[in-house]
Amino acid sequence: MAERLTAEPPEEQNYDPDLERIEVELLLEGIFRKYGFDFRAYAYSSLRRRLWKRIAESGLTTVSALQERVLHDPVVMEQLLLDLSINVTAMYRDPHFYVAFREKVIPMLRTYPFIRIWHAGCSTGEEVYSMAILLQEEGLYDRARIYATDINEVVLQRAKEGIFPLDRMKEYTDNYIKAGGKKSFSEYYTAKYDNAIFNPGLTKNVVFSQHNLVTDRSFSEFNVILCRNVLIYFDKALQARVQSLFYDSLAMFGILVLGSKESLKFSEYESCYEQISPPEKVYRKIR
Amino acid sequence: MRGIAVIGTSWGGLAALSEIIAGLPRDFPMPIAIVQHRSKDSELLVDLLQDLTPLCVRDAEDKDPLSAGTIYVAPPDYHMLVEREYVSLTVDSPVRHSRPSIDVLFKSASDTFGANTIGVVLTGANEDGAAGLARIAARGGKTLVQDPAEAEVPIMPQSAIRAVPGARVLPLKEISSELARLATAIEEPRTRKAG
Repeated sequence: MAERLTAEPPEEQNYDPDLERIEVELLLEGIFRKYGFDFRAYAYSSLRRRLWKRIAESGLTTVSALQERVLHDPVVMEQLLLDLSINVTAMYRDPHFYVAFREKVIPMLRTYPFIRIWHAGCSTGEEVYSMAILLQEEGLYDRARIYATDINEVVLQRAKEGIFPLDRMKEYTDNYIKAGGKKSFSEYYTAKYDNAIFNPGLTKNVVFSQHNLVTDRSFSEFNVILCRNVLIYFDKALQARVQSLFYDSLAMFGILVLGSKESLKFSEYESCYEQISPPEKVYRKIR
Repeated sequence: MRGIAVIGTSWGGLAALSEIIAGLPRDFPMPIAIVQHRSKDSELLVDLLQDLTPLCVRDAEDKDPLSAGTIYVAPPDYHMLVEREYVSLTVDSPVRHSRPSIDVLFKSASDTFGANTIGVVLTGANEDGAAGLARIAARGGKTLVQDPAEAEVPIMPQSAIRAVPGARVLPLKEISSELARLATAIEEPRTRKAG
């Protein structure tokens, strides 16, 4: 859907990016100290785009004005939190990744008695359901547990419900087929009005819970960690910290999956992994 | 490195980009970021362009460092933004039905590089890029538009010209040399004065 046309940072030549950065940093510091949400190490250019969306929709004209509103009105903070943390996602996004996962990762997982998967930054859950279906089709679901986490309770609740817009099912069915799906995709959901309600059995072994990659620690040891298109919202320093969290949370020979345009290049952990199915960003921890 | 060149195109873009890329000098002194609307599956664009130039052409990845003489192509289904030092990708909602969006790239470039931004709008069948080019112009950057009379589809250049009446309108074959001239003026101002 097209984004509403929004007001923007001032068009005139006296726009001062350095001043704007001061305002943004003060706002983020204030949010962190008052509400505990830490956006201070988010990638600046996309963060400020989202801030300006909230500024415009609140009828304001400066970042400082938004700061005033956010610090005094928790409702504005809630809106901003949604703006800053919702990820756009899709079922079987990048189908070729799922093909590689079936070919290269599933055979390894078959050798394990129990499989622990962490889906970090699962948003509204589309990719969690995609993975649950894949594991079912490979006969591994019953010995798997998927820990699906996100910073945002609202999207987690949506993920738990497993209700997705019916009008996206054509796209998802195409993706499912390209991803090597073995059945008819419509077997996995019931259409009702404008919704596709996914079979509750798919979340039998899924634990949804809130986890903040920025501030929370590792909570277990996993065989697979999926974190696709989440780190792109972080700056380099925070990316490095989260990479360290993932490294510590992976069993030896565990698998780390990143988004197709993310990489471990320039990360200090690059040498600790091997990329098992280039160009897919599927890495195996080898040391 | 002080500036950046950004190029946006849609329908007919491959031929137009090919002509421009092939005409760039091997010592082009700034990074170039390109948004070409294309389908999610089309991965060949970079290979096709790479065959035409000694400059390095790549599908941008998140946090790719920006360097002079490198051409970054927005991957399908991601927005591409720029920071001072590197490229930044997002999967935020499409803007005017497009992801990548030309406006998103252009605005990000002009907000980051200010007057040292060069924006180029080429052939295309929608109005993406016009608002972004206006932002570049408002911040004192340079604006070039392919002559709609020769564009494969004139809608995109026409809407860019409406948004930025002062933009330089040029035929395709003159855009590479003008780009190189403007980029050199930004990156090597002292050399120019001395020369």
